[in-house]
Amino acid sequence: MKLHTVSIFVDDQQRAVEFYTGRLGFAVSADIPMGEHRWLTIVDPERPDGTQLSLEPKDHPAVGPFTEALATDGIPFCVLGVDDVQAEYDRLTALGETFTQPPTAMGPVIIATLDDTCGNLLQLAQFTG
Amino acid sequence: MTDVYRALADETRRALLDELVQRDEQTLFELCSKLAMNHNLTPSRQAVSQHLDVLETAGLVRTERRGRYKFHTIDTAPLAEIAERWPRGKAQS
Repeated sequence: MKLHTVSIFVDDQQRAVEFYTGRLGFAVSADIPMGEHRWLTIVDPERPDGTQLSLEPKDHPAVGPFTEALATDGIPFCVLGVDDVQAEYDRLTALGETFTQPPTAMGPVIIATLDDTCGNLLQLAQFTG
Repeated sequence: MTDVYRALADETRRALLDELVQRDEQTLFELCSKLAMNHNLTPSRQAVSQHLDVLETAGLVRTERRGRYKFHTIDTAPLAEIAERWPRGKAQS
């Protein structure tokens, strides 16, 4: 068994795919029309067979309060590994993106928390051993 | 002033102030992480939130909502009043 797809709830699928591909560098893996919405997944372009992230529309009434509560308290929904948190922080900040936490050393990891512009916080993590 | 002394009486709340004095505008998530990493304190998020409420009531922490996020900032003004009351009072007499 392997971890094939995990989901993140987004305010707007189009804005999400633009952010995750254009700003973060992911590649679209699946984009299938499903009525009002799309089955839309992204993947690490260097590992096209790796775990996909599904950009899920926020239809269920419980999702809004859930994602709002996480955002209020600054809790990231998922962790993205990067080689250099400071470099990503500088690059994305220059592009006008928002961080709720600048690069911060936390033991074996340097982390920062980034707004994905569609309702979620993402943690960028650089593992320093 | 009563609230200030009660706020300072708790180890976790002192640790929260130690972290906030390092940098303004931290989220609950960041503060919880730092309590665990830097102070070996692992109360629940809810408990940390309640500690922050006590600090805010005492005037030692201010919260600001910006966009979807809530940030915490230290306010040391109530502590300066303590310094006025005893240490300086003694020095002047």
